[in-house]
Amino acid sequence: MLEVRNLVKHFGGVRAVDGLDFKIQQGEVFGLIGPNGSGKSTTVNLVCGVFSPTDGEILLDGIDLGAIAPHNRVDAGVARTFQNIRLFSELTVWQNLWVAWRDQPGQEQGWVSNWFGRSPARRQEIQKLLEFSGLGDKADHLAGNLAFGEQRRLELARAMASKPKLILLDEPAAGMNSAEIKDLCQRVLAMKEMGMTVLLVEHVMELVMNVTDRITVLNFGKPIAQGTPVEIQNNKLVQEAYFGSAENAHGGVS
Amino acid sequence: MTYLLGIFQTIGVHTLLGLSAYLLLLTGQLSLAQVGFFAIGAYVSGILTVIFSWNIFAALALGSLMAGFFAFLVGFPALRVKGLMLVVATISFSEIVRLFFFNLSWRVNVNGVEVGPDSTQGFREIRYFAANGWEQIHIVGLIWFVVMVVMLALWWLDQVRAGSVLRAVGTDELAAQSSGINLTMVKVAAMTGGGVIAGIGGGLFAHSTTYVDHHTFVILLATFAVSYPIIGGLRSVIGTLLAVIFIQGFIIEGLRFMGDYRNLIFGLLIILVMNLRPQGLLDGHLVADMRKLLAKLTKGGKADA
Repeated sequence: MLEVRNLVKHFGGVRAVDGLDFKIQQGEVFGLIGPNGSGKSTTVNLVCGVFSPTDGEILLDGIDLGAIAPHNRVDAGVARTFQNIRLFSELTVWQNLWVAWRDQPGQEQGWVSNWFGRSPARRQEIQKLLEFSGLGDKADHLAGNLAFGEQRRLELARAMASKPKLILLDEPAAGMNSAEIKDLCQRVLAMKEMGMTVLLVEHVMELVMNVTDRITVLNFGKPIAQGTPVEIQNNKLVQEAYFGSAENAHGGVS
Repeated sequence: MTYLLGIFQTIGVHTLLGLSAYLLLLTGQLSLAQVGFFAIGAYVSGILTVIFSWNIFAALALGSLMAGFFAFLVGFPALRVKGLMLVVATISFSEIVRLFFFNLSWRVNVNGVEVGPDSTQGFREIRYFAANGWEQIHIVGLIWFVVMVVMLALWWLDQVRAGSVLRAVGTDELAAQSSGINLTMVKVAAMTGGGVIAGIGGGLFAHSTTYVDHHTFVILLATFAVSYPIIGGLRSVIGTLLAVIFIQGFIIEGLRFMGDYRNLIFGLLIILVMNLRPQGLLDGHLVADMRKLLAKLTKGGKADA
């Protein structure tokens, strides 16, 4: 579904992403983990077009995303959330979804009613998505006035509002308590059940190990391991990347 | 009475200028090109009624469309840059427009009289209203009719998705782009709309004063244009109107005895607002509070009855 081929991104002398390959299958939850600065967020930014790659290709269902302008990648089927929440804080909760809204394929409204209409049917659809996100009674609140956990849920709902095929979650559990993380696990699994493909970038292992089908581990911009959550947990290289090797630890003490 | 009508006339025209800047400020862009669009509207519609003897409404319409067209053209290159660079780019545009009209000499003999823009001497014979028997009250009425139509249009914009998209771009461009919004298209559309509004304001201004020259269209007028929505706040179009009434009605007219010291007060006011009420005088909280109060009052009234 999403295929990343030999992806390279340099910032000056820094090789943030340095030859990354992976393939995400339709309908799976794919984890991208690694220590700080290993190139995870850069990868998300490359896929949705915030940065353009130094080298390599990103294909979505065989279409080269590199040839598509960033704002058009939403219509190509890619949506995202941000590591640090970026809502339209001056707008109400439902208007946040309205901005990002795309109608179901085959039921699109015309240009005029898309921009200048107030279709009640669409408003109901938005309300349904808000109910699903546990924000049904907050539709008319200003997004900036929501509690932290609610803001995270709203950002997730806004990404879903564009009816994406692939959704990129950039550290969605950052700053969450364990109850909120459990709730997020349920939501990600529900999204999978709805047929969405998810690329999850995350540090919080409680989330990663519970929801992903496969994981790629990055270190210094390069993939060092790939496999199921259980395989990754038992992988020597991964343990070294996170905790340092046994020899180094020994050397550090002496 | 004439004096009072004159103030209404000024407030109306300046409200149009302020609303033109308001529309673009919704997308987070600070532009000083509004005075350039204002000048285009003034000269084009003036030339149409004076040299080509057009009807005032047709002339106003074409003048504002021309201003909108130039706003559209300027929008593409100018809106690629942000912040201070956009300010510099838009100042340049306004100065280009001003200097063009400063040099424009197009004298034509109409019914035995030489009329038309006369470069440094200005454009003096815009007398459509007097020639067609309009009185000042009618002129003021026309200006305020246009102001009301524009305010209603901008209010309506906030009721539909386009308004939310404008504000989304103004709040967070990266998030808006990631939500599938074409930033350039939205900003250029706002710039074009702002150009149309400033253009019709310019046409009304030229015909109500009967005389314009390049001194009218200096950058100071552009700073007034952006200061109205900044002081009034972007929550509602009413804020811009209140700011114009306050600045033109009170500071400029009410304190006339203070002469040039009024500019000091104007500058001080902007600094105070930016520090004390960065969201403008009429911000989101105040609007929400007023709604609540209104709801309480109407509820109370019903309970009594």
